[in-house]
Amino acid sequence: MKKIVLVLFLFFFVVTTGFVIAEEAKPALAPAQATEAQSVPSAQAPVAAPAPPKADTGDTAWMLIATALVMLMTPGLAFFYGGMVGRKNVLTILMQCFILLAIISIQWVLYGYSLAFGPGKGFWGGFDWIGLTGVGLEPFKDYSATIPHQLFMAYQMMFAVITPALIIGAFAERMKFSAFVIIMILWATFVYDPVCHWVWGVGGWLRDMGALDYAGGTVVHINAGIAALLTAILIRRRKGSDHKAILPHNLPFTVLGTALLWFGWFGFNAGSALAANGLAVNAFVVTNTAAAAAGLTWAIIDWIFNDKPTMLGTATGAVAGLVAITPAAGFVSALSAIAIGACVSIFCFIAVAWIKPKFGYDDALDVFGVHCIGGIWGALATGLFASKAINPDGANGLFFGNPKQFLIQLLAVLVTVAYSLVVTYIIYKLVDLIIKVRVPERDENLGLDLTQHHENAYTVME
Amino acid sequence: MKLIIAIIKPDRLEAVKEELYKADINLMTVNEVLGHGRQMGVTEVYRGAREMGNLLRKIRLEIAVNEHFVEKTINSIIKGAQTGEVGDGKIFVLDLAECIRIRTEERGGPAIG
Repeated sequence: MKKIVLVLFLFFFVVTTGFVIAEEAKPALAPAQATEAQSVPSAQAPVAAPAPPKADTGDTAWMLIATALVMLMTPGLAFFYGGMVGRKNVLTILMQCFILLAIISIQWVLYGYSLAFGPGKGFWGGFDWIGLTGVGLEPFKDYSATIPHQLFMAYQMMFAVITPALIIGAFAERMKFSAFVIIMILWATFVYDPVCHWVWGVGGWLRDMGALDYAGGTVVHINAGIAALLTAILIRRRKGSDHKAILPHNLPFTVLGTALLWFGWFGFNAGSALAANGLAVNAFVVTNTAAAAAGLTWAIIDWIFNDKPTMLGTATGAVAGLVAITPAAGFVSALSAIAIGACVSIFCFIAVAWIKPKFGYDDALDVFGVHCIGGIWGALATGLFASKAINPDGANGLFFGNPKQFLIQLLAVLVTVAYSLVVTYIIYKLVDLIIKVRVPERDENLGLDLTQHHENAYTVME
Repeated sequence: MKLIIAIIKPDRLEAVKEELYKADINLMTVNEVLGHGRQMGVTEVYRGAREMGNLLRKIRLEIAVNEHFVEKTINSIIKGAQTGEVGDGKIFVLDLAECIRIRTEERGGPAIG
């Protein structure tokens, strides 16, 4: 079994390296053509020719930082999740997040960016930019006119990394590592890349229809959240979770992770302005406001229904608020952000504390309850609260006299949910057929740290 | 020779140690343990999921003593650990068959003190 996995990987690398070597010949021509194209019009008609886009130093500086901030979210998520699992499975969570950082970074450079952002097609971006061919250091004005194209690519890479990482929480403590790696590569390729293209890519059909998704509510959170629910159902409950909840082993880790996520989210949302401008500031302010409102609301809900406000609840609320404001960050005001943040904690609390136990699926760390529910609320809230006064390039929402926007948002949500469900199901079943996805019962009892990675997080004695 | 095992509240450990030193009892082994008696543990809530009857943190003291120290030790532990509330703990007294000091290989009573 292991040999098959290794051979697959080797094959993957050989093929992709082959592509790259084949493409090496072309870029040598491309710059020459580019300089010709620039020099000819300037010689003939210097006034009429539009100036070639030039990178702005301020925007570039900010986006480099924003990219690094979003990168930090994946390790942050690892700690957020790692604290909530049992002590015998914490390394597995950290490892899964870190290996995704490695795998998707490579996948993105080799073909992921091309599939997601390559120009011109409705379903997929195609293979024009494979191995970053043609993705240079000049700005590409359809995405970002003031920063180098490669910086835009790197920024989007961090989104592509964290999205599959979100799903980890659903099947925590029971998935085989080899199956995890294969499922995630397939999911990134066949679910994330296309959906990303629909919403953000040039020619993407949801983008052309006018769906608003500022920083990834649909693409990232709904997409991952619904895949998480399905995976949690397909892989079945954790052993022993029927009669007793499996308790978090290190809540300080979870709070540390929440803090890193909150911090990184400024890059995620404010960075989505793709420039150091007023819109970025608006996104920054509403992001912080929504997280605060949601964390506070969850604490109050806990206080009312569970006697005491809890740290885990407040952290969960803050993350839910960050999720909800993500699609709206560039379109709503700070006051709307308070409403969006306060409501998301109510919806997510209902999903996590009431709906989950009622239906009995073991979404171990509430990826569906927080990210999918929070993401759906955020996408719909964008259709309610969006205002052209904040962003003239956006649209007005229902509360600002444009009910059509709400329907477009609803359609984008439904399409994403349906597509993600179908393709995730196919991927899971396929991998389960070839290699069992779930670890054997004995391995589950011993813990995945020991059985999947031959390591222990904590020594009991020196 | 007796082995005295006492389960006490964690916050009473300092007081118990003080009482034992006063009575000239300087040798003990201390463990952190989990357990509960009649008070039936605590309720914890994680994201709305209630966990009833979780085990409480307790301290387990082990002290090996010669016969004439037994009552003194018991009294010291009671003095330090008693609060009058449920959960103050228990003291168990067991017969001790043998005691060997590893450094000198002494056996029995002299090895304990």
